Amino acid sequence: MGEKRTALEGIEDVIDAIIKRHADKRGAAIPILQDIQKELGYIPKAALYKISQLPGMNASDLYGIVTFYSQFRLQPMGEVMIHVCHGTACHLAGAEEITCVICETAGITDGETSPDGKITVEKVACLGCCSLAPVITVNGETYGRLTPEKARELIKNIKKETEN
Amino acid sequence: MHNKKAVKVGLASCGIAAGANKVFDYLESHLPKEKAELKKTGCIGMCFKEPLVEINDEKGTFIYGSVDEKRAERIIREHLIQGNPIEEWIVYSNTFETEERDYLKKQHRILLKNSGKIDPEDIDSYLQVGGYEGLKRAVTAMSPDEVILEIEKAVLRGRGGAGFPTHLKWKFTREAKGKPKYVICNADEGDPGAFMDRSVLESDPHSVLEGMAIAAYAIGAEKGYIYVRAEYPLAIRRLKIAIEQARSQGFLGRDIFNKNFNFDIEIREGAGAFVCGEETALMASIEGQRGMPRFKPPFPAQKGLWGKPTCINNVETLAAAARILSQGAEVFSSCGTEKSKGTKIFALAGKIKRGGLIEIPMGTTIREIVFDIGGGISSQKAFKAVQTGGPSGGCIPAHMADLTVDYEALKEAGAIMGSGGLIVMDEDTCMVDVARFFLKFTTGESCGKCTFCRIGTYQMLHILDRICSGHGEPEDLELLEDLGEKIIKGSLCGLGQTAPNPVLTTIKYFREEYEAHIYEKRCPAGKCRDLVEYRIIPEKCIGCGLCSKICPVNAVEGVRKQPHTINVRKCIKCGSCAEACRFDAIEIASGLSEGR
Ligand SMILES: Cc1cc2nc3c(=O)[nH]c(=O)nc-3n(C[C@H](O)[C@H](O)[C@H](O)COP(=O)(O)O)c2cc1C
Ligand code: FES
Repeated sequence: MGEKRTALEGIEDVIDAIIKRHADKRGAAIPILQDIQKELGYIPKAALYKISQLPGMNASDLYGIVTFYSQFRLQPMGEVMIHVCHGTACHLAGAEEITCVICETAGITDGETSPDGKITVEKVACLGCCSLAPVITVNGETYGRLTPEKARELIKNIKKETEN
Repeated sequence: MHNKKAVKVGLASCGIAAGANKVFDYLESHLPKEKAELKKTGCIGMCFKEPLVEINDEKGTFIYGSVDEKRAERIIREHLIQGNPIEEWIVYSNTFETEERDYLKKQHRILLKNSGKIDPEDIDSYLQVGGYEGLKRAVTAMSPDEVILEIEKAVLRGRGGAGFPTHLKWKFTREAKGKPKYVICNADEGDPGAFMDRSVLESDPHSVLEGMAIAAYAIGAEKGYIYVRAEYPLAIRRLKIAIEQARSQGFLGRDIFNKNFNFDIEIREGAGAFVCGEETALMASIEGQRGMPRFKPPFPAQKGLWGKPTCINNVETLAAAARILSQGAEVFSSCGTEKSKGTKIFALAGKIKRGGLIEIPMGTTIREIVFDIGGGISSQKAFKAVQTGGPSGGCIPAHMADLTVDYEALKEAGAIMGSGGLIVMDEDTCMVDVARFFLKFTTGESCGKCTFCRIGTYQMLHILDRICSGHGEPEDLELLEDLGEKIIKGSLCGLGQTAPNPVLTTIKYFREEYEAHIYEKRCPAGKCRDLVEYRIIPEKCIGCGLCSKICPVNAVEGVRKQPHTINVRKCIKCGSCAEACRFDAIEIASGLSEGR
């Protein structure tokens, strides 16, 4: 219990510091949310509460903003973040099939995090390396010219690593 | 010291994705420092051969393609130490012909002239190639009106998609009442198959800052914003470095060139909403709200950010402005067609041999792009169509390949110039599926404000889903066309007004493909999953087991040396088995006639 509290207090400090940093900016809600997500990986409820207390803000507008922009995540993400490109070039090169294989092998559906909290799979639009299509990134590292088999092997290896 | 060789590694996102950082690190620790100097640069443009390493020495310029650590080792040994270029790996040289040289021949690099040449993280590198000369000329030798006139003479039109004359936008903002005024650089680049703006920002960020400062001087603004996609971390990092450096050298900040001109730039990151590329939505987003477009007029030039006069331009437009001011209007106006002048950058991708970032004079034909620059189709299949303009654009069929790329011709064909995505498709591409792909994208990105855009696109998508799954009805085509027209008329912003384009152009040019889906329940390209079935022909299968090993979802069943079968319930129709089979034992069946 005590441990959890300190963790929570740590989060609150992070949030306060970020809000302070943007204090003199006009229209700061989005940059604040972005910095919080960068720091914590998602937007905790406590952050929403605190931002909604800022002058000129209210909870319903804020919730509208957080849910409007697809970047914001209200749930923590997995240790391993897999982005599957669904840009035009990757779509033509078989992104759907790659997604199927990844989700099947990881045991989740896309947009979700595995029950053990280890792997998150999300769709993104063009990662900008279309000549390597189809492309995915795993924690920011790019894997291009994938085939369904290669994708399966990759995910199997990731699963093995996260289990250890 | 002069004969020291220069070694440059292309370190834009595309290069890094292909492993350029590893190559750079290897070179850094293994390069004989007394013989060669190692430098970083941005995108050289030949994405199909990344990672790229360029060597400049007394013999000439040599660009090596597909470099990995192994190749780097031999390049150091043979080229840098022994002085013998390894010709078979060289994709471009000014000393001999390579197959890939054609890729550059028909290009005309004005905007990309520094990309892949300079170090994007070093302002001196930009200054050495004439950087900030345009701003200097504008601020020290011209009045704002003269700057606007220079842009008019160059006939620069907005590169963000709509092609609105840039000088008019600047003039309107200059003349608008109200202070302060703002300059915004639109770097949201939402087309899901395009990366021109990102590449410019990563490879030559100062050009964009210079263009913004010139615009600010012309319209009388002191503050600028760059609204850049959060998905572009490298571009953001390089922009931050560039802004710092420009400030410290006095190109941004107060009293620029001692002419009492003040201007500074703030970066705002997008948060993953395509509609925020639309100018009024973008401004709402900077103001900290949901990115909902609003009705125009008033235009941003009158009432923009925080209700003040605002000039909003695309990345490429602003980079072009910097070139025009430094090199004169003629660099631009001397090429192109009657109404579309200058060059345009395209992200060439899809089923093409040589994909990458290309800059071509307006008026180049699609055939020249696909075959002369792109080297033709990457597969064994025939060229079928190109798609321009992403989710707002359309598909142009192969038989119209002599169409020129300029604002007017593309519009007439039902496509649009767009921001510069150019996707090449072959016979394996299902046009109904392509239309569905784009519509799915716009449906998801509609902000929901206009009923037709919100519900109309959803209905269209529903119909396309139905057609692709074999449940299409004869009246669906008329329904799609009717809905499409209504959505175009009934939407407030460009998102809805253009969303039906991919569907309408594919119906126009590939109607028979829709009809095959609807009447014969057949997907001619073999792409629509519900309409195809993979089957193993028992007479041909020898039971080698290769397909069952390769199948990523374990859908192939059977014992060794016995004909196998495919479990249709598990099969995701990825085609891996058919590709792997050495005995032609796997057939793809589609349509009623084949007994499905
Ligand atoms: C849905 C939608 C998305 C857009 N996305 C972009 C974009 O990503 N980049 C861009 O420069 N312009 C985009 N535009 C066009 C802008 O609204 C605006 O016309 C452009 O930034 C003006 O700059 P320009 O005159 O230099 O072309 C988009 C428009 C719409 C309707
Ligand atoms: S479409 Fe996937 S990287 Fe461009």
